Amino acid sequence: MSEIDLTAHPKDSFLQPQLDYQALEPRALKSGFLTGLTWIAAVLAAIPLFSVIYMLLAQGGTRLFGADVVEVLTGLPPAGFEVGGGIGPAIVGTLVMVGIASAISVPLGILAAIYLGVLDATSKLATTARFLAKVLTGFPSILAGVFVYAVIVIHWGYSALAGGIALAVLMLPTVVLAAEEAMAQVPQKMKDAAYGMGCTQTEVIWKVVLPTGLPGILTGVMLAVAGAAGESAPLLFTALFSNYFISELAEPTASLSILIYNFSGMPFENQIELAWTASLVLVLIVLTFNILARLVGRPKV
Amino acid sequence: MSNLFRAADATSGISGPPSMAEYAADRIFRSIAIASAFIIILLVAYILWEIGQKAMPAVAEYGLGFITGTTWNVSKGEFSVLPEIWGTLYSSLLALLLGGVFGISIAIFLTQDFIHHRMATIFRTVVEMLAAIPSVVYGLWGIYVLIPLLKPLAGWLHDTLGWFPLFGTDLAGPGMAPAALVLAIMILPTVAAISVDAFRRIPYKVKEAAYGMGTTRWEAILKVMLPTASSGILAALVLGFGRALGETMALAMLIGNSNQISMSLFSPANTLASLLASNFPEAGQVEVQALMYAALVLLAITFLVNVAGLAIQQYTVRKFEGKK
Repeated sequence: MSEIDLTAHPKDSFLQPQLDYQALEPRALKSGFLTGLTWIAAVLAAIPLFSVIYMLLAQGGTRLFGADVVEVLTGLPPAGFEVGGGIGPAIVGTLVMVGIASAISVPLGILAAIYLGVLDATSKLATTARFLAKVLTGFPSILAGVFVYAVIVIHWGYSALAGGIALAVLMLPTVVLAAEEAMAQVPQKMKDAAYGMGCTQTEVIWKVVLPTGLPGILTGVMLAVAGAAGESAPLLFTALFSNYFISELAEPTASLSILIYNFSGMPFENQIELAWTASLVLVLIVLTFNILARLVGRPKV
Repeated sequence: MSNLFRAADATSGISGPPSMAEYAADRIFRSIAIASAFIIILLVAYILWEIGQKAMPAVAEYGLGFITGTTWNVSKGEFSVLPEIWGTLYSSLLALLLGGVFGISIAIFLTQDFIHHRMATIFRTVVEMLAAIPSVVYGLWGIYVLIPLLKPLAGWLHDTLGWFPLFGTDLAGPGMAPAALVLAIMILPTVAAISVDAFRRIPYKVKEAAYGMGTTRWEAILKVMLPTASSGILAALVLGFGRALGETMALAMLIGNSNQISMSLFSPANTLASLLASNFPEAGQVEVQALMYAALVLLAITFLVNVAGLAIQQYTVRKFEGKK
């Protein structure tokens, strides 16, 4: 048999990989250099988050965790040179409008997702609706405001209802896509077992698909709520702003995000401090829903 | 044995054909679900139609001059948005450049075994939290942290490199640089998340094969992983760009709302979205029509960019998972 000479011509056999390299070889140095750069990029990217959190706690925390916390959370926004005041109407307004938006978009979104995920996933209607839902997720939020302005505000004026509908337009695609994803993951075997017992499609959906997919659906809903709570552009000219607590749905309504926007440019120390406080409250609301989304969506096994 | 089978007999079990009532309920429920899916399509069509229709008077009056002119003067009734289109594209491109580099770096950092996977999960949460912070809060942060931080740097750059068009003016307050920086922070999570997804789709074998040939980690990343994930990363960049184009509040607070076209990073500018945000609340009827036209332009730009991004993303999914 022929003898293979392993030492003779390493360069002739181009198939032979070069398996050893030294730490100071150029390509090893290059690798190390790029690794260093990646670490720097990762650390740099985390800086803004920590800076924002620090500022929120440092600037907004003094009021929120101070002695006059009740006044801050329930008081009316101050005017001009007024001292004190609070962000009560804005907190209530944000919650009311997010509530309206959820009441519209969650049932509608889940029903649409049932069609997209369970009833007929591959039909023309389903593929078109799915694609448009994805297009809607990249839809600039201000255009939701423009749309609602054109449809509702022009005829009936600024109102909490208009603000809620604008937010619903933005929440809908998130709910639909998340719920569809969650329902598509229900094992076919479980559905087949139910069909085999004589269930109609509706019964399979209510008794098998929805309960099994519930954690995923709830995650999507919570994330949509978190997103809507932080939105401001669509509220700018649908809900407008108000200095008082909301008394009916058909009147201009305050929201945390618009309060921050309005107060951020004011030359008064007190207002700017309140803008930071409102930011901290808003971030806490958004984060609460984000964390809830993670908790309910965690696999239970 | 036979007793066991008899226990599951049809008469005593819960199995059975649906009753008439169940059939009827099924029909009704399914129709409602189909109608809901229809509503999504109708909603998108209605949005396009409504904004288009409200913009029509302005489209008829200003025509294409709206896109090529540079004045926005309410008292004279002259409206055109070239500076805003320029500002929208310029700020988004700058943000994409920065957010793209960082976003892809982070995707590599998270997926290519740089850190333990538990650490990677924590880090991913940090990046996702960046996305959770509302736009207005970034705006506030930009006004009170970023702009004061940038001012000395901008002043120095303008003094020493003022002949260079990018540093042609001084930063007086709000301007392109802080706006683009905040925008970059805001699109970073989008770019990172979709890129991570693209890297995850690469079968592990591919990486093993590269390492097996004796590549260093970065040779594997640059020569094998990045080219394989390229279409997914492109989708991430395009969708990130789409997000940047439509971002409103942070820009309305940071860009300075000034109607001018300038290459300088430190001069104030304006974008379509922030034009809408700052002018809409106090606009009269004629201006509202012009703003609707501006909204239509923004809608067209973002629609095209998003559809392109989604198409690339779908192509990527098909490439790795076969037809779907």
